[in-house]
Amino acid sequence: MQPTDIKNPEYFHKVVDCQYACPAHTPVPEYIRLISQEKYTEAYMINWESNVFPGVLGRTCDRPCEPACRRGRIEEEPVAICRLKRVAADNKGEVKPFMPQGPFSFNGKKIALVGGGPASLTVARDLAPLGYEIHLFDEQIKGGGFMRSQIPSFRLPESVLDEEVNYILDLGIHTHFNHFVNSMEELLSQDYDAVFVGTGAPKGRDLPDLPGRNEGAKNIHIGINWLANVAFEHTTNIGKKVIVLGGGNTAMDCCRTSRRLGGESVKVVVRSPYSEMKASPWEKEDAMHEDIPIVDNHVPIEFVVENGVLKGMNFEKVTPIIENGKRKLVPTGEPLVFIEADDVLIAIGQENSFPWIERSAGIDFDKWGMPVVDTLTHASSHPKVFFGGDSAWGPKNVITAVAHGHQAAISIDLACRSLPLTQRPSPFVNLVSQKMGLHEWAYESDVVNDVRYTVAQADKKVTLSNRKTEVELGFTKHEGCKEAERCLNCDIQTVFVEDKCIECDACVDICPTTCITFIDNAEEDELRQLLNMPALNTSQDLYVSAPLKTKRVMVKDEDVCLHCGLCAERCPTSAWDMHKFLYKVTKAG
Amino acid sequence: MTFIKPKFRHPDLPKNKLGYTLSFYEGALSTLCAGCGHDSISAAIIQSAFEMNIEPHKLAKLSGIGCSSKTPTYFLGNSHGFNSVHGRMPSVATGANMANKDLIYLGVSGDGDTASIGMGQFVHVIRRNLKMIYIVMNNGCYGLTKGQDSATADNGSISKAGIVNQFQAIDLCGLAIELGATFVAQSFSGDKKQLIPLIKAAMAHNGFAFINVISPCVTFNNNKGSTKSYDFVRDHLEATGTFDFVPEMEEITTNYESGEKHAIKLHDGSLLQFNKLDNDWDPLDRFSAMKAVHQAREKNEIITGLLYLNQGAMDLHELVNTCDRPLNTLKKEDLCPGNGALANINAGLR
Repeated sequence: MQPTDIKNPEYFHKVVDCQYACPAHTPVPEYIRLISQEKYTEAYMINWESNVFPGVLGRTCDRPCEPACRRGRIEEEPVAICRLKRVAADNKGEVKPFMPQGPFSFNGKKIALVGGGPASLTVARDLAPLGYEIHLFDEQIKGGGFMRSQIPSFRLPESVLDEEVNYILDLGIHTHFNHFVNSMEELLSQDYDAVFVGTGAPKGRDLPDLPGRNEGAKNIHIGINWLANVAFEHTTNIGKKVIVLGGGNTAMDCCRTSRRLGGESVKVVVRSPYSEMKASPWEKEDAMHEDIPIVDNHVPIEFVVENGVLKGMNFEKVTPIIENGKRKLVPTGEPLVFIEADDVLIAIGQENSFPWIERSAGIDFDKWGMPVVDTLTHASSHPKVFFGGDSAWGPKNVITAVAHGHQAAISIDLACRSLPLTQRPSPFVNLVSQKMGLHEWAYESDVVNDVRYTVAQADKKVTLSNRKTEVELGFTKHEGCKEAERCLNCDIQTVFVEDKCIECDACVDICPTTCITFIDNAEEDELRQLLNMPALNTSQDLYVSAPLKTKRVMVKDEDVCLHCGLCAERCPTSAWDMHKFLYKVTKAG
Repeated sequence: MTFIKPKFRHPDLPKNKLGYTLSFYEGALSTLCAGCGHDSISAAIIQSAFEMNIEPHKLAKLSGIGCSSKTPTYFLGNSHGFNSVHGRMPSVATGANMANKDLIYLGVSGDGDTASIGMGQFVHVIRRNLKMIYIVMNNGCYGLTKGQDSATADNGSISKAGIVNQFQAIDLCGLAIELGATFVAQSFSGDKKQLIPLIKAAMAHNGFAFINVISPCVTFNNNKGSTKSYDFVRDHLEATGTFDFVPEMEEITTNYESGEKHAIKLHDGSLLQFNKLDNDWDPLDRFSAMKAVHQAREKNEIITGLLYLNQGAMDLHELVNTCDRPLNTLKKEDLCPGNGALANINAGLR
């Protein structure tokens, strides 16, 4: 293998599994370390700079970081990264002084943002301090988009959302709420230098052809619309017996909200097997904790309506089989299953919808009705129009929308300065030794053995009686500190310098997880098999040195390195050293 | 300073026949200097015990005084241990072995502990062919007292202070062969590929097995001009050949071509495989082994590998004809024949 080029920041970036997996590449270990030092304000600001909504995400993020967490490969459970973010948000001090302070001098450019969700708000936050005049349009009465209309208050208190939305709006954003933009052409005819579309995926899927759909319409609701009606208090109750169709997180929010609006027997019914449901495992657990059974392998056949009143639904039982490598649901042949219901919520997915963009506006759409958007620059075929969030490539999540917002803001800024959109700024990278003394490091190198701490929940009696009472209580400061110490500090990199190495094997002998091997070089596939512990996780890189004096090379398997620093402590010549690696995605401007 | 090794290990660590992973054979975190060759030897011992499927309670590790003799703390934490008086490890090992012949005795000593204060003990334990493994971690200096030349420092070797050693070195392997040791090997701490099979073979040997391991002292004897530095040893290594140890139960898949490869069967059925480089040398011939040692010294080379093996000699228990049961298990009724037997003897003398 060729020697690893550690000067390429992407190499060490990939070692920081959580940060690499995060769409916004938030420097996770950096802020977790600050939490363990009780520096909550600093931890919050690192988050705010990167993901804009730490308080919101600390409660609702889809957590792509946690399945990636190295700790999950070493013991059972990853670090509770998401809930640690909330610890920073809950305990922070005054943060406004650390945010950009307006008013900003006008740079002569006007930007329109359509939709007031996380993507648009991120664009606003990145561009406002640069002097852009930002106009934000949303049909709702407040900013936040789906974060407000879709995420129930018992998961995300309104005050938390308001606070973080207002940090952005206070930068001097011109808001146009209660304003549905109904023509792209009209918008483009105004004097905006760029238009950002962050309108999400606003259309909930329906089951229009299912028998009984029209007859029972009064008690059959589209999940996302129903949730929005609850959020804005147009809907305040639901029948005692409720069926929620669908297996995603929206279905979980629907069923749990139903329990709070009078639903006593609420059931989630899903076509696929339980294990294949799209909902996050913790959301399924929370639903079941609230006495909501999840009935899997049931395909909806018809709504049963008697005398114009919805009575329930009939389902066909199926079983999954694998045929030609594809999973198919095959009817079991058992009689249809009737489940009683006063109301049915359909939460089987959502779609993009752009009725307000005229096809003559100069924006290309593909055959599925989706805009053609460049994955790097977020530019559409119209030079002034950019897309981000769910509206660009379909429904994802908040953190992805934020990441899109940052990139779109960069593009808009480049476009307004007449620079090529492909001229993306390099990441900000810093690599600095943590050596303090003979065996002293500037980071807590001890690896603690604690298992993952669980977040306490409020009493079910209380939370089910009030839609606005937050269920999760969050970590206490002490729990947060203990959980933060579980972090393995993957951003403290093991850096190897060939010409200092005397090949004494001290690092090989001490490494608790057998990561290091000195060996004759070979091709990667062969090398992976020949190491002291075969490196079978090919998603993790091998760190290979240049040839040493004995012609061998040092090979380190990054897979289960604990970043404990023992290799560097036992190295007599400092050929190994621990360097803190900071990687920040550069923002617009 | 880190005093605790994290408890996490590679999740896929293999298990040996007893169901233990390598970590079960580890000891406490070493407090020797970073980069000490002794730590590599400790790691080789851990690996060997793991691969030999040794039940930890069936092994006793014994040592004297010195950096080397601290190391039993750093390996085989679940085995018996005795950190004895300076240079007196062989006596303690002899006593222990006499009392309980069922254990594997692993003695660890240094160049000071063996070649100076313990020389008298060393030569006599060889004479007696005590069944044990005797490893010398040889760094040519007194590391624990700031690096004075030891008795194994080569003539002409330059110390860290820049002083040239005027005295002749004691060649422990040459001495051991001369005195009739039945298993004599030499190796280098930085060459585990060779060291591990040597330790495993020593564990299978029925008699006194001596391994002299050159183990650089990074702090006091790794300077330019030292003949026990990593660089010097690597430049002057002369392996007697590649060498492997095949336990009794394993199927042998290597093909032997006569003249090039040898396989020696040990008394327990395991095999030693040699791939000889030097045709003049025969590890089963004492004169040939002596010659090889002398020739290497003449050529300023460090000869490594299994230098000499004699399987014919009787170990101490056979020599003194002890009973099959370990002596420590004999009870009063086994040892005292009783009044009747005494009366018979007395009657026979009338």
